[in-house]
Amino acid sequence: MTRQSLHIDWTACDGRGLCTELLGPLLVRDEWGYPRAAGYGSDVPIPSSFVAEARDAVALCPRLALTLQEVRAPARS
Amino acid sequence: MAEAFWALGRATGVVSLVLFTVTVLLGILTRSGRPALGLPRFAVTLVHRNVSLLATVLVIIHVASLLADPYAQLRLVDVVVPFLGTMKPFWLGLGTFAFDLVLALVITGLLRHRIGQPAFRFVHWFSYAMWPVAVLHTLGDGSDVGKSWLVLLLVLCVGSVLVSLAWRASATFVEYQHTRFEEARR
Ligand code: HEM
Ligand code: SF4
Repeated sequence: MTRQSLHIDWTACDGRGLCTELLGPLLVRDEWGYPRAAGYGSDVPIPSSFVAEARDAVALCPRLALTLQEVRAPARS
Repeated sequence: MAEAFWALGRATGVVSLVLFTVTVLLGILTRSGRPALGLPRFAVTLVHRNVSLLATVLVIIHVASLLADPYAQLRLVDVVVPFLGTMKPFWLGLGTFAFDLVLALVITGLLRHRIGQPAFRFVHWFSYAMWPVAVLHTLGDGSDVGKSWLVLLLVLCVGSVLVSLAWRASATFVEYQHTRFEEARR
């Protein structure tokens, strides 16, 4: 099974906060405005209900810092 | 008929200048990274893009209708190659130059993901050249420049861009700049 994962390129991201608006509770802004996903770093698994919003975030990020990647999900226990 | 093309050319020219002014203001707002006018940040970028596309459609109509107006003596080369015109070649050339810049800005804007951020940013800086060139073209070539409504409109456009440029250059322009400065100072 493949799942979508959102990759954040920290060298490009400038904490503009578009993605945190679009990806609501999944991503939150830290105290400097940068996105944070609870429990994850640069690769955030995107549940299927959020894939459309993730696509919008990739398209609209003013710094082109986001990419959506397909990952073959290791069977998580 | 020529009269109609001329009227259409003038009207679309003025409206597109106003829309490009709004585009610049919205671009600066986008760059500041703040929600504005009751819109979230991602919507501000979308409105910036859409207003710029609408403005582009209007300049295309502006150019096409003046091509059709025999008095304007516009040739096809004058649409893309600046300063070759028969009438007021300098002021017309500024319009052509601004038009070329708009095409470059819109194409690179729409292909941002294809060409990458550095190339997009490089071309996008030219929006700060495109807008004043378009204003000068209006001042030099506009048939209505003597009319008070156009003077008022131009004063409003230039004034609003100058104010937002001052904001753009100020220390508190970017959201979170304050927090980031504090942090850097520690
Ligand atoms: C399809 C068309 C366009 C798209 C997709 C687009 C997209 C963008 C984006 C994403 C930004 C933010 C850049 C950043 O935050 O780093 C921006 C900024 C800006 N845009 Fe556009 N834009 C378009 C057309 C235009 C046009 C035609 C103009 C000129 C009238 C313009 C003027 C500006 C300005 C002045 C800024 C602020 C630049 C700065 O100070 O850093 N844009 N645009
Ligand atoms: S939208 Fe882009 S620049 Fe803004 S916080 Fe998200 S990843 Fe960073």
